[in-house]
Amino acid sequence: MSPESKELNARTAAQTVTAVNSGDIRALEVAYASLEAIESLNPKVNAFTDVLGERALLEARAVDDAIQDGQTLPLAGVPYAVKNLYDVEGLTTRAGAKINRENPPATADAILVRKLKEAGAVLVGATHMGEYAYDFTGESAHDGICRNPHDTDYMTGGSSSGSAAATAAGMVPLAMGSDTNGSIRVPASFCGLFGLKPTYGRLSRAGTYPFVGSLDHLGPLTRSAEDLALIFDVLQGHDPADPAQTNHPEIETHTRLAEDIGPLRIAVAGGYFREKALPDALNAVDLVAKALGASLEIDIPEAARARAAAYVITAAEGSTLHLNRILQRPRDFDPETRDRFLAGTMVPAIWVQQAQRFRSWFRDLFRKIFENVDVLLAPATPFPALASGTKTFTIGGETMPARPNIGLFTQPISFIGLPAVTVPIWLEGAKLPIGVQVIAPAWREDLALRVAHQLELSGVARAPVAKLS
Amino acid sequence: MADTFEPRAHVAHMEKMLGLTIEEDWRPVVEMHIAAIEKAAEAVLDFPLEDHAEAAPVFVP
Repeated sequence: MSPESKELNARTAAQTVTAVNSGDIRALEVAYASLEAIESLNPKVNAFTDVLGERALLEARAVDDAIQDGQTLPLAGVPYAVKNLYDVEGLTTRAGAKINRENPPATADAILVRKLKEAGAVLVGATHMGEYAYDFTGESAHDGICRNPHDTDYMTGGSSSGSAAATAAGMVPLAMGSDTNGSIRVPASFCGLFGLKPTYGRLSRAGTYPFVGSLDHLGPLTRSAEDLALIFDVLQGHDPADPAQTNHPEIETHTRLAEDIGPLRIAVAGGYFREKALPDALNAVDLVAKALGASLEIDIPEAARARAAAYVITAAEGSTLHLNRILQRPRDFDPETRDRFLAGTMVPAIWVQQAQRFRSWFRDLFRKIFENVDVLLAPATPFPALASGTKTFTIGGETMPARPNIGLFTQPISFIGLPAVTVPIWLEGAKLPIGVQVIAPAWREDLALRVAHQLELSGVARAPVAKLS
Repeated sequence: MADTFEPRAHVAHMEKMLGLTIEEDWRPVVEMHIAAIEKAAEAVLDFPLEDHAEAAPVFVP
């Protein structure tokens, strides 16, 4: 890769936007640099399943024309990728599955892809993911292992594996993911990225392939907190095509990012969130808490039960979605998801209904907790990235399968739809990063983003491009 | 519930009822997963909820 391309690819989205809008560089140069990085680096990490060179160049030229005409675009010339469950016109939406790649190409872009395009962003491709998003590892029987750019012997995390790898490797400054139980926040933690899971119902999911409608969210992964805010503001807006999306008022986060966080009451999530964490995760949370002056620890009761309830809902609802496929073509599934989907078809209704009732109870509990604090800190994962191929891990003497359980700390939060930003932490001497969740009350993504931004400014959280040569 | 739940019997029954295909080398893993879900469900069912606690999803006509 040329030094010029490398320099362009190391920029944040915000830096590219400024340079393209001011005419310092052309969107076309940025697109070429991104495509060059993909060609050179993708064979090492396996982040992309589809590269859209032609479309990217067309979109970049259109951006340059608009700038030439005097327009200013909020995401001018920002190259980005989408997890391959987003519809992209002319491309078959794989959702990580073998079966779905027999479907005809999508006839239109997903709504969020359309919004990104209108804002001047340039789509360069679609990324690797675990089959039907039922994954926390980044390892797929159909598309191979997606590798962590910071050390290719380690997992990316999943299921937004390719989106995380592409961003961490510097192929793009932004990639879109989805998060049902932690699929943005887990790979953000393992790959050292900022990742935003907005409030449930905030962003339209129209034109994306579902997993668990009750819990599915979409959101961005980036190498800067500012970029998350910039992009989040573009993605908002009511869309009746998503039945779960609410008409809640939009919020402006980017312009308010630098507001003083001094008055915010920030606390560490205790109980379950401390007991199940290994030392690196605890140290990362403590480092962030110290930097923010957060000395209070609040016990979060029933978090393990919340996680259990999310587990039950996911199994049953996900398996209902795939019932016909699992009945007719079980051998075409990834064995790692097949056996889980098979088990999920056998869940009695009473387990699911009680889990959904408990969800209301747990939401009410958090509403009370947030009367006394504004932001909570919790680990994003119990440990940094596991070595590729790891099948189990042990915490507190309990050994459990890795694939379903890496999201121990993300699952209780998405269960009740709270917005959370994963911030990347590099502990002293660590060779891999680990993420901390900055969790805010429903509809207050602005608070989590402001805290993440301050951590970035102070150097506590950082997301360097991986030194993948 | 934990004492009475038999993954093997449950899988065998549901397999027949739904017409699922479960090859013999998949069976122990499917049984392991339904046992894990049952364990999670047990924790949920053990929690006392008031009668007025409604399920989270709301249908909007």
